Amino acid sequence: MCKDCGCSITETEEHNHHHRHEHLHDNPQLNDTKTIEIITKILDKNDHQADHNRAHFNENNVLAVNLMSSPGSGKTAMLESMADAADFKFGVIEGDLETDNDAKRIQSKGVPAFQIQTGFACHLDAFMVSRGISDMPLDKMDVCFIENVGNLVCPASYDVGAHLNFVLVSVPEGEDKIEKYPVMFSKADLVLITKTDLLPYFDYDIKRVKDEARRIKPNIDTLELSVKDPAAIKNVIDWINFKRKLRS
Amino acid sequence: MHEYSIVQSLIELCEKNAEKYHAVRIDKVIIKIGVLGGVEPYLVKTAFNAFKEKTICNDAELIINMQPLIIECNECDSISESKEPYCKCQKCGSTNAEIIDGKDMYLMKLEME
Repeated sequence: MCKDCGCSITETEEHNHHHRHEHLHDNPQLNDTKTIEIITKILDKNDHQADHNRAHFNENNVLAVNLMSSPGSGKTAMLESMADAADFKFGVIEGDLETDNDAKRIQSKGVPAFQIQTGFACHLDAFMVSRGISDMPLDKMDVCFIENVGNLVCPASYDVGAHLNFVLVSVPEGEDKIEKYPVMFSKADLVLITKTDLLPYFDYDIKRVKDEARRIKPNIDTLELSVKDPAAIKNVIDWINFKRKLRS
Repeated sequence: MHEYSIVQSLIELCEKNAEKYHAVRIDKVIIKIGVLGGVEPYLVKTAFNAFKEKTICNDAELIINMQPLIIECNECDSISESKEPYCKCQKCGSTNAEIIDGKDMYLMKLEME
């Protein structure tokens, strides 16, 4: 049991023990110098906090979904449309450099939302999300979305404690977006191709986009989404419900 | 530009280890960065040199070893190195494969006094 927050994750040292190998090599030539093999993830502390966050979600039977994309790909718009259509209860932890506009948009739909202002930080990390979790009524929700800072680079390196990663890519961004940002798409469980209602106005080969996603991650799921199409929103809701069933 | 945050975590990790092994100075920090680790090595180095001042790493040299993508194939059981960011066996071409290295960032070794 964790001393800090009472979750079921064990303390840092024990917790890390199985993936940490340390050997002391004393160099007889240089008595004072020692080379020590560490082999620890640089973001070990973040990953440990991410495990805490996940444990909190698990204790409350909440499925946590990390939403990542460039700015303006339609993360908040998707959540707004979901508020009217979803048969599960959800809350949103919002990450933005400045303003609480997104949280207000979500709250106006009657959905609990907590805004994290990251200042200059270009991504959310597990510690920031942990602050958001403490303000979320987890016992009253089934799904918690973590809307990451709009950025296709930095958020990919940080485990925030979600169960699933959604990466959104909108039609106007161009069909080579996935090729340009392979690291981000290699982290995705579901790629959502958004703003598909604009397809008639762009030369956009959806098949090429999906093929590229599968080259990077062969088992990735993809869905097409226009927030103006209730059937498309329903597909996303069904996908989430399918994943919820697998975790209940 | 999250390289600064990553370097802060790295220096914290160095300080923790220096304390553990009763070192007074760190001479060399050896890290491994996967090609799909999501950081730019040049920026990591710049950030390290900016942040190391007045820390245990003040005089330390940072050595970055880039880790290529290593693919383990579930079809032909081979292990191959991929030059592209694709999860595809380089021997038989199957995509029924796993990336077993090249995705993360590790502190590998510390040389200290």
